[in-house]
Amino acid sequence: MTGETPLVRFENIQKSYDGETLVVKDFNLDVAPGEFVTMLGPSGSGKTTCLMMLAGFEPATQGEIYLKGKVINNVPPYKRGIGMVFQNYALFPHMTVAENLAFPLEVRKIPKAEREERVKKALDMVQLGAFGGRRPMQLSGGQQQRVAVARSLIFDPDLVLMDEPLGALDKNLREQMQYEIKHLHEQLGLTVVYVTHDQTEALTMSNRIAVFEDGIVQQCAAPADLYEKPQNAFVANFIGENNRLMGKVTAISGDKVDILSDNGDVLVATKINVHAVGDRTTVSLRPERVFVNPEPSSVDNLFSARVEELIYHGDHIRTRFTVCGHDDFIVKVPNSTANSLLQEGNTVPIGWKMEDCLALDA
Amino acid sequence: MTTANPSIDQTDTLPLKQKLAKTTAIQRRRAFLLTLPLVLFLLISFVFPIGQMLFNSMHNDKVSGVVPKFAVAIQSWDGQGLPSEEIFEIFVKDLAIAKKVREVGRTAGNMATRINYEMPGSRSLFTKSARKVGKITEGPYKEALIKLDKKWANPQVWLTLQRASHDISPSFYIAAMDMKYNEVGEIVQADELYQIYLNNFVKTMWLAALITFICVLLAYPVAYLLAILPLRQSNLLMIMVLLPFWTSLLVRTTAWIAILQTEGVINDLLVYFGVIGEDGRIQMIYNQTGTIIAMVHILLPFMVLPLYSVMKTIQPTYMRAALSMGSKPFNAYRRVYFPLTIPGLAAGTLLVFILAIGYYITPALVGGQDGLLISNLIAYHIQKSLNWSLGAALGAMLLVVVLIFYWIYNRLIGIDKLKFG
Repeated sequence: MTGETPLVRFENIQKSYDGETLVVKDFNLDVAPGEFVTMLGPSGSGKTTCLMMLAGFEPATQGEIYLKGKVINNVPPYKRGIGMVFQNYALFPHMTVAENLAFPLEVRKIPKAEREERVKKALDMVQLGAFGGRRPMQLSGGQQQRVAVARSLIFDPDLVLMDEPLGALDKNLREQMQYEIKHLHEQLGLTVVYVTHDQTEALTMSNRIAVFEDGIVQQCAAPADLYEKPQNAFVANFIGENNRLMGKVTAISGDKVDILSDNGDVLVATKINVHAVGDRTTVSLRPERVFVNPEPSSVDNLFSARVEELIYHGDHIRTRFTVCGHDDFIVKVPNSTANSLLQEGNTVPIGWKMEDCLALDA
Repeated sequence: MTTANPSIDQTDTLPLKQKLAKTTAIQRRRAFLLTLPLVLFLLISFVFPIGQMLFNSMHNDKVSGVVPKFAVAIQSWDGQGLPSEEIFEIFVKDLAIAKKVREVGRTAGNMATRINYEMPGSRSLFTKSARKVGKITEGPYKEALIKLDKKWANPQVWLTLQRASHDISPSFYIAAMDMKYNEVGEIVQADELYQIYLNNFVKTMWLAALITFICVLLAYPVAYLLAILPLRQSNLLMIMVLLPFWTSLLVRTTAWIAILQTEGVINDLLVYFGVIGEDGRIQMIYNQTGTIIAMVHILLPFMVLPLYSVMKTIQPTYMRAALSMGSKPFNAYRRVYFPLTIPGLAAGTLLVFILAIGYYITPALVGGQDGLLISNLIAYHIQKSLNWSLGAALGAMLLVVVLIFYWIYNRLIGIDKLKFG
């Protein structure tokens, strides 16, 4: 993104509603044209506030927001030309679907003939060609969602904002709509800023994800990087399932960190977010990266663990172990004949590689 | 030819229906019993009196009750000249009996009042003649009666008597519509001096419309504020809106008298600050202005509450969506917010208009002469002139007017869209 001007730039943005606490603390983000950026975080983490500042519904308390290189802090929302999909769709209930779609064209004084043509095209795009005459209330949730998306795109905005647009749909429909939005993004070359608290949704759809916590972006990276290389304990924990072992750094050599766990076991981990010998650290480890009965030479860490609980999941068995003084250590064991001997109460060797085991902040 | 199937169907469906009826019967009976007190109350206090009123507006037996045989006999008269001697005889005898019996509600005076509605000034003819009619013991009755009073020779008296002998007659509706029967029994417009009801109907509707309009203007911003303010402030505002609800109507109306009268608060202040002179005090009460001010104040909550309840349900995202699509705030308001408030606006308008059109106490207290509404005239006929039939006819017309508005409203907006909160 160095050569190109970013389409959107947040620069040192702060936001406070009451003048006492900051909801957003020093937010910085560049969005390149054509990018799909998701702001992900628990509720109250400031992600929606950032979106509303970009849309123009909330003023930033401090800092600048740029759109195509121009500061837009004082530009009212109706002059920003940003498309938006709202959480509850905000389809106007007193207008038909076609009237809803025509609304943005109408306020732009586009002639009637062209308006009708574009409405028809937009309806076809979301496969609702026959529904133009209906009221939003007569459509299903998924259909309303599609209309909302079509309405936000119909005036060809440079940028589309989506505020938890799939939150009201059931699981199957949500997954289907994720793909549809993703495809629209690719086909039309849209720039999308997307807000969600659903990490699966974020991982599926985005080019980049900004993980919010307490008004601060904890990490902003591509989905794979976020999952594989979380920069701190919050991100590791928030994205995907995660085992945590607490300990203290005893030695650092290059990328390799030696750690003494709280119950006295010794681990080797990859250095991510520890700085000096003696630091407290959280060792993060994905459940699918742990091997049961491994070849001792293939793993860097090998411990004997007690099987506490087996939960049958069909393709895999979630197994809870006690290891290194923690009794909530989860391992996803593939449902193969080799692993069928696991039984509650048994003690088995488990192990993992150094690359899969990250030393993060405590 | 019947096949086996229908009989199987019958044996199948009947028991099922019976079973269903049996299982729900207790519930239905219980539900009905719970509503019974209210149903009875409504029947006794609402349906029955309204029916009674509608009946009274057309039914009046003050002639046939006093001179029953005459009331039958006069129908055979062709209306030319004077009735026959035979009819005169029946009339005289009936009147003499009525005078003797003096049954309550069936005296010559009652009949005189009834005829006087249609022939102003004829009352004394009946009461005077009734006192003396006992002396006429033999014919010819026609001459004897005319000798008692020359007016009996006027065919109009007999025409009126003939009309009034019908128990069921439209004559009160005719009077309520500012019309009357002329000398030959045709329905014509009443003299200008007596044309008060239609004008008053028009004035009542006009004032009700004006009051409704002012209420909309005042209530819309208040309801909007109520809907968007944070809870604490909106609660306070809501209490201020509801405060008039919790105060007696009489107290509020008399408070307006204290404020608006020529020696009242506003005039005193204006004089004190030199805006007007001591002799230039403004007449703000005991006229239409007073009626409008007091009624707007009293009816305002009926406009605010339905508006508020609708506005409260309008999500702020609608406006935001409109803005994000490039609509200027005023246009977004006009195209999106305002249409969504129509159910509340409609409910408030209907409520205030219908309440205003039938308002009684406030105009009676602060309306003076020109601030009186149709209900005040109805009350006048029920309480003072005791022409119940005319009062009932006016009331029935008012009811019809309200129903017409209700119907128009249903056609335009739809009753199902009403939202009172």
